[in-house]
Amino acid sequence: MPDRAKKIRVRCTLNGNSVTLDAYPMARLLDVLRDEAGLTGAKEGCGEGECGACCIELDGELVNSCLVPALQAEGATIRTIEGLASGENLHGVQQAFITYGGAQCGICTPGMVLAAVNLLKRKPHATETEIREGLSGNLCRCTGYTKIFAAVMAACRDMDRTVEN
Amino acid sequence: MRTSLPSYELIAPENLSAALEMLAQEPGVWKPFAGGTDLMVLLEAGKLPHRKFVNIWKLPELRPIEVSPESLAIGALSTYTEIQRNEILQCEFPLLCRAASETGGIATQNRGTLGGNIANASPAADSPPALLVYDAEVELISLKGTRRLPYRDFHTGYKKMELRNDELIWRIHLDRTLKQRKEYYRKVGTRRAQAISKICFAAAASVEKGRIDDVRIALGSIAPTVLRAAETEKTLRGERLSSPLLTAAQVSLGREILPIDDMRSTAVYRRRVAQNLLAEFFDVMSS
Amino acid sequence: MATRVIGKSVPRKEGREKVTGRAKYVDDLKFPGMIFGATVRSPVARGRILGIHFEPGIPWEEFTVVTAKDIPGKNCVALLIDDQPCLAAEFVNHPEEPVVLLAHPDKYLLEEARRAVRIEIEPLPTVFSMDDSLARKHVIWGTDNIFKSYQVNKGHVDAALREADLIVEGTYETGAQEQLYIEPQGMIAQANAEEGVTVWGSLQCPYYVHKALVVLFGLPKDRVRVVQAETGGGFGGKEEYPSMIAAHAALLAWKSGKPVKIIYDRAEDMVATTKRHPSRTKHRTAVTRDGKLMAMDIDFTLDGGAYETLSPVVLSRGTIHAAGPYNCPNVRIRSRAVATNAPPHGAFRGFGAPQSVFALERHLDRVADAVGLAPDKFRRRNFIHQGETISVGQVIQEKVDMERLMNRAFELSGYYVKRKRFATENPGRIIRKGIGFASFFHGAGFTGSGEEHLASEVAAEATRDGRVRVMAASTEMGQGTNTIFSQIAGDVLGIDQEQIEIVQPDTANVPNSGPTVASRTSMIVGKLVETAALEIRGKLVNGGYLAHEYSAAEFAEACRRYSERTGPLASFVKYEHPRDLLWDDERYEGHAYGAYAWAVYVVEVSVDMRTAEVRVDDFVAVQEVGKVINPVLAAGQIEGGVAQGIGIALYENVVWQEGRMVNGQMTNYIMPTSMDVPSIRVYFEEIPYERGPAGAKGIGELPLDGTAPAIANAISHATGANITRVPVTPEVLSELLEGVHA
Repeated sequence: MPDRAKKIRVRCTLNGNSVTLDAYPMARLLDVLRDEAGLTGAKEGCGEGECGACCIELDGELVNSCLVPALQAEGATIRTIEGLASGENLHGVQQAFITYGGAQCGICTPGMVLAAVNLLKRKPHATETEIREGLSGNLCRCTGYTKIFAAVMAACRDMDRTVEN
Repeated sequence: MRTSLPSYELIAPENLSAALEMLAQEPGVWKPFAGGTDLMVLLEAGKLPHRKFVNIWKLPELRPIEVSPESLAIGALSTYTEIQRNEILQCEFPLLCRAASETGGIATQNRGTLGGNIANASPAADSPPALLVYDAEVELISLKGTRRLPYRDFHTGYKKMELRNDELIWRIHLDRTLKQRKEYYRKVGTRRAQAISKICFAAAASVEKGRIDDVRIALGSIAPTVLRAAETEKTLRGERLSSPLLTAAQVSLGREILPIDDMRSTAVYRRRVAQNLLAEFFDVMSS
Repeated sequence: MATRVIGKSVPRKEGREKVTGRAKYVDDLKFPGMIFGATVRSPVARGRILGIHFEPGIPWEEFTVVTAKDIPGKNCVALLIDDQPCLAAEFVNHPEEPVVLLAHPDKYLLEEARRAVRIEIEPLPTVFSMDDSLARKHVIWGTDNIFKSYQVNKGHVDAALREADLIVEGTYETGAQEQLYIEPQGMIAQANAEEGVTVWGSLQCPYYVHKALVVLFGLPKDRVRVVQAETGGGFGGKEEYPSMIAAHAALLAWKSGKPVKIIYDRAEDMVATTKRHPSRTKHRTAVTRDGKLMAMDIDFTLDGGAYETLSPVVLSRGTIHAAGPYNCPNVRIRSRAVATNAPPHGAFRGFGAPQSVFALERHLDRVADAVGLAPDKFRRRNFIHQGETISVGQVIQEKVDMERLMNRAFELSGYYVKRKRFATENPGRIIRKGIGFASFFHGAGFTGSGEEHLASEVAAEATRDGRVRVMAASTEMGQGTNTIFSQIAGDVLGIDQEQIEIVQPDTANVPNSGPTVASRTSMIVGKLVETAALEIRGKLVNGGYLAHEYSAAEFAEACRRYSERTGPLASFVKYEHPRDLLWDDERYEGHAYGAYAWAVYVVEVSVDMRTAEVRVDDFVAVQEVGKVINPVLAAGQIEGGVAQGIGIALYENVVWQEGRMVNGQMTNYIMPTSMDVPSIRVYFEEIPYERGPAGAKGIGELPLDGTAPAIANAISHATGANITRVPVTPEVLSELLEGVHA
């Protein structure tokens, strides 16, 4: 049997909390979050960085957690879907997904919501075209995307109004 | 996931020297690991034969995009996102920015690196044709020092390249003095986003009063490596834009490229489309 | 009374769980002591198993190993018949057929072990094409490779063909399609001889899995329990296949004494599980010179893969839909499903109809062309009306008005103007535009006597604090089951949505409402929910506990008093097949479906003549559906279905090599991204179906039927190319364009 690598300790900030996780250095961050940290919001849809169901924010940037080795999470700030709402108060994008029907089976939803939040952070006045492009790395098999766009556009408008107020 | 994870090692060296030392000590045993967007896919499919990796992600020497009056040096670890955000690249090297914007989705662009793309040596890569058009130079670094070579000479065969086991890609150099170009980039993929290229066409030309002074054409996914269509360029250089010229160039291009049938597309389609994209480039040159 | 909610876009019940990532799918569940399972599969398409070898280097004594010998009951995945083994014993009949199961606590070691099992197989001759199967190049199933065949005969087709003014022929093909739910298949099982078998997993039909496990283990029904976990998409792909993976997990649990979790990765899911049946349809159509349909002679073949599974039923639906919503006096449909050495094909939304409707709607555009009529004019001349009969002789009793749907769809899409304008402007252009349509229908519920055989049941109860619990086996997998049932019950009972609980489908707790398939959930099961709720209300009102009008508080109080004075407040309802819906299985005629949804879809495309890439620019979907219970959910179903139809038409291509899918990665099997799908514009009409809850008919599968042919027709309009197969990949279209424009 080949040599076995040793597990390492990865220190990072996870949804605002300092944590230390034990993992093999090449373990997928997706698995570390799901198995070690018990955060099952990020999902495995494809294991090849195509579907976006595993999307999280790593140092403020959207990444496919199935492609990030645990070692590279050392010192990072990570936000998963579980870190989006403030207690029982949903983020505007989450609420919009409920109101506008942006989630059907829900398996792509955590990744899709984070991708939308990340997009609106970078482009607060995103147009429908920019939303389409910005979410093109997140696949949805149920919705045909139409209501996802409606939800994100609505969240965009609401956030504009909030900022104005 | 189809892999036995514990049999893989990934070590984080303190700095660039330490990384280069690891590569030098056991040649071929340790491989560099950058953003992981290629290697992790192989790992998950159970198709990653190498077991020992040196983490080079975030090594500061490999990161920056340095600008000087006549040239630009892109650190090998520049991500596609960073490339698109750089104003000088957007302005002066738009083909590279286009390529970066069409590589995967945003999540991939945040982690994929130009150096990683080059080192992965896929003939279907999106950025290399742009680099060929810009006559990029690759600078490699090892314990022994650095060396530069034209990117054009870097890929020597399918997945073979001029990169020794103890070397890392350090920087990619672009010449800012190449100016006044009609530029064109088109990737024809399997769908409109997150697509593997079936054929990729990058080109730039200086056209003076209908005459092609200089032209560079590069293609991806139509040969074992990315290809600079040198013969076709010869057909065009110094000639006046005309319909017969286009036809002659299309014939030359059809002969120069070596497309194959694979699970994504066919040789016939790739050849036909390459020739059609050349026609589209002609439209750009004529405008 | 609480506000009426039917017809309102009540937010989905489980929405909050889904947007916060709290919803638990099977891979999110952990059981104490749980170990992992993996499947070792056949590397060859057909052969005799000579031996199973466990290579050295693995601590095999730590593993649970299961083969066919370990199966306590019958080695089959019980479905319509029992031909499909749960684990191959002596023979394998398709690549990736399961042979050995392994379990271990370390999932990485498990993967190494999986690779270290070598199955020695002596190859046998194989059949991979429908033609070879029909020709019986080798007999690989039964006596003649034919799982099932049907013949529909209306009128006198041969005579009509002889007398025809004009006959138009065409052959059309569709390829396999992978359901590609974003959540791969998975199951967790706990099993032992004392307590029986329990499975939790991603599934559509708890009682299908239940039946399969009962047969596999030879256990009494009450010792097998199936629980549906939150399911990340199904589309038919989790109709029958989950029985297989549940069986595997359960066998490993049985032998190991531990809970076992099996989760497929995407690669395994793609290559080993079911796909939409590939098809070939041949049309011979007789028309009069002025465009009246006189005869349709249709030959329809489906590739079923290696075992029967659901092929007879897919064939059935495809056959009945093959002649469409048209009034044609003479129709003959000869159809068959044949065996090949590929993994069995199975249920996928539409279930045979997308295949036959593609052929029909593409063909009728060509027939129109042949008689010199515009395609829409031809359809109008032949649309079926109330009182007329379809191919199988069913008299359409609904008030169908296809012309009205067509008019509306054409107005919304600007069809006539664009049809003319594109034709005028296209010549010489690099980007050519086209606009096309499809007109079609889709029967809701099980075919013929199917619903009668299913005899679905629903139960409901009101707790003493006024909460109402609805128990049905219908699964929520994104389409909105929980919300729809809640709206139906809520309106009947006049209580708020928060007071209603749709019980998680668990065979220990819910009766058998039949499978969540066939566009039957709202229409058939929803009606039973309505009836069950009515019974509860009836007991309260008739017992004097409630007046006819009451408040939510009064309802709760009444429930409390009822339970104190009378006993449990519950209802149990069983499906009763309407006496006037008669179906003859032998002659294959009669009342095929209780109700149909009717539709006209219009699509606008751009074709890049240089790359042969097609882009869908606009999509208008108009359908008559009885009653829209929840507008957002209903539109969501159409939009999602249209996107899957765009996949059929343009992108989704299974590449086969010796019976194995070789492009089993999401990189290489392409489904549409957000950039590949336009805004899909959805419009509903309502002519209430008196047997549906609040008048609703089924709609889940409808959009899969008309999307691909509408796109094919639009491409044809744009380019002049005759599209006869899907997917219309750029490679295929490029060849056709060379032919047209050479």
